[in-house]
Amino acid sequence: MHPRRRLRWSMTIMAAVLAALASACSSGPPGPPVLTWYINPDDGGQDEIAERCSEQSGGRYTIATSQLPREASEQREQLVRRLAAEDSSIDLMSLDPPYVPEFAQAGFLAPMPPEVQARAAEGVVPSAVDGATWQGQLVAVPFWANTQLLWYRKSMVAQMGLDMSQPVTWDQIIQAAQRAGTQVGAQGARAESLTVWLNALIESGDGAVITSENQTDPELVQLGLTAPPAIEAARIMRSMVDTGVAGPGFSTQDEDATASAFQDGRSAFMVNWPFVWGQATSGVEEGTLAPEVAADYGWTLYPATVPGLPSAPPYGGINLGVGAYSAHPDLAYDATACITSVENTAYYMVSNGNPAAKFAVYDDPEVLAEFPMAPVIRQSLTQAAPRPKTPYYAEVSEGLQRSFHPVGGIVPGPTNQAAQDLIQAVLAKEALL
Amino acid sequence: MSQTIDRPAAGAVEPAARGTETDKSRSERRLGWLLAGPAFGVMLLVTAYPILQALWYSLFDYRLTDPSNRSFTGLTNYGVILTDAVWWNAIFVTLLITVITVAVELVLGFALALVMLQALKAIRPVLRIVILIPYAVITVVSAFAWQFAFDLESGFVNSWFNWIPGITENTAWFGDFGSALFVICLAEIWKTTPFISLLLLAGLAQVPDVLQEAARVDGASWWQRMTRVTIPNMKAAIMVAVLFRSLDAFRVFDSIFVMTGGAQGTETVSFLVYRQTISRLEIGLGSATSVLLFITVVILCVGFIKLFRVDLSQARGGN
Repeated sequence: MHPRRRLRWSMTIMAAVLAALASACSSGPPGPPVLTWYINPDDGGQDEIAERCSEQSGGRYTIATSQLPREASEQREQLVRRLAAEDSSIDLMSLDPPYVPEFAQAGFLAPMPPEVQARAAEGVVPSAVDGATWQGQLVAVPFWANTQLLWYRKSMVAQMGLDMSQPVTWDQIIQAAQRAGTQVGAQGARAESLTVWLNALIESGDGAVITSENQTDPELVQLGLTAPPAIEAARIMRSMVDTGVAGPGFSTQDEDATASAFQDGRSAFMVNWPFVWGQATSGVEEGTLAPEVAADYGWTLYPATVPGLPSAPPYGGINLGVGAYSAHPDLAYDATACITSVENTAYYMVSNGNPAAKFAVYDDPEVLAEFPMAPVIRQSLTQAAPRPKTPYYAEVSEGLQRSFHPVGGIVPGPTNQAAQDLIQAVLAKEALL
Repeated sequence: MSQTIDRPAAGAVEPAARGTETDKSRSERRLGWLLAGPAFGVMLLVTAYPILQALWYSLFDYRLTDPSNRSFTGLTNYGVILTDAVWWNAIFVTLLITVITVAVELVLGFALALVMLQALKAIRPVLRIVILIPYAVITVVSAFAWQFAFDLESGFVNSWFNWIPGITENTAWFGDFGSALFVICLAEIWKTTPFISLLLLAGLAQVPDVLQEAARVDGASWWQRMTRVTIPNMKAAIMVAVLFRSLDAFRVFDSIFVMTGGAQGTETVSFLVYRQTISRLEIGLGSATSVLLFITVVILCVGFIKLFRVDLSQARGGN
């Protein structure tokens, strides 16, 4: 072929390919709009709910899921970067509650219609409503609500002479475990779980990490880390290590390691999320765990920091946010009604072990059969306190982790002061993290 | 050493080519640019553009979630970083990892290169593949593998090596600075020794056999031949290997991200960049940190080249 003709040929082919590509991009698939729901990894429950809601929408929309990374902090990183680039593919997202203020303040969440605000908070546990609220407005829809319980091995605790039907304090369980030569499981790793623990200890002593709620100016954020409740929290954490009840791998111990030490009988107590129950029952079903071990699991409310003062257990879970750049915010908000229905959240709790945010689910016979501790979870969610609510949550949490890790190095008072100074300097952009 | 043979040869060609540029050489040069041009343009786009952008952003107080409040702050970010102990600690940790891993890798890599060079022809290809396998493993994957091996819950190291004093069933490897750094360095060494040994193998293969034979005839022992003939003749190859690996080691991130997440004081400079830019979303401060990392690497590189007189364009040993 003549070179010039060959050139013309290749130009024609290229133009045809480009035209085909362009038409493929612009036309989109026929049928109802597809809502993309960015989900955190689970046991397939959100996929199933997406399918159910697509069917129930009567052809108005279908929901496709897209999976985010495993760690909550990594989920946030990915969502923030996409939303900062005004990604319109995010219609719905499963958001870890501590990041809700950051997303709301940055304008990453579509405004919630008043009727949705009224509906989304109806019959929802107070901690979950609190966790989805920013500046007095509900900005996300509570989907499921997590809380930590105090788990104990009935057989081991029976010999300690501790009455578990009454609220117990951290000091009580630490001393009892020390006398018995066993461990108390908590999360000492430098991770979000350390913030969860510290915050619950402080909140249970009627203190707060951040005392100026709803503050959007980073330099005006007031911290309560040097107040007596926070110093008491530091003392309790340190005593876990000093008494030897923390165990050898405490500085790298996360929720999974805590659960496995409890399962093996290395610890008589642990604070952990209810997933440990699902893990134990499925272990029994699969034959990897002796049934008497699961039968030995006891549970009660999170330990108190101060005797006589009800504890403020950790609150977690997932809220649903609607992306500010979504092409179908109305449909997305409609979809949240279906996703968070009593029926679907009960299914989610039974199948995936994630506790529901709605009170009504805790009366469901199937839920009660699967989770005999459901009433305690419900009570715990009523008492639970969210982590510090601030658009700068990542900085605050990371600053706490840097200062309070390793737990064996905490000096109550000076460590609190160091944490307070570090976080203030970081918020003023005068320090690295 | 008689290493001057190729120098005059190279020098003899150059002036002739420079003096009289023929049509042919001009068209060849044009073709060269045509062929390399697109790649050069792409390189500019994907490296120069982000570098300049980082340089620009580093002069601003700029938070990704709050772009409307972006403000020019000049060199403030640099001041914050350079007066922060966290930065200097990260520099120290990074240098420590670099020195330890490169030193060990150089010795190990040299030994492996010798084995590869002297292995029987029949097993040589298999041997090379076996030695290269760790280098083919993705760093994140290798980091997870090492983490699982040393982990208190899932690891086998404690139960296999509890006969070594100091290692018990309850040794928490990631529980303090020294042991965590040991595992990180071990993973890095395992992973990149093949790279260094490959570079050294190239150097070894270029040591002329005649020199070895002459030394042997003169009655030099193995050690004398190694230190007087082999190593001096592959100095450039060694320097290139050390330089490449040092720059690489200085940017260590994956292993630390996976194994400790920066806990126990194991944060490196790259990790600081990640935390400021990706976790904190402080684009300004993060960009300044990455610019400083870039400058540090450039200083290292120039220092190396000046100090050891490494000539990257020279394949053979220098004199």
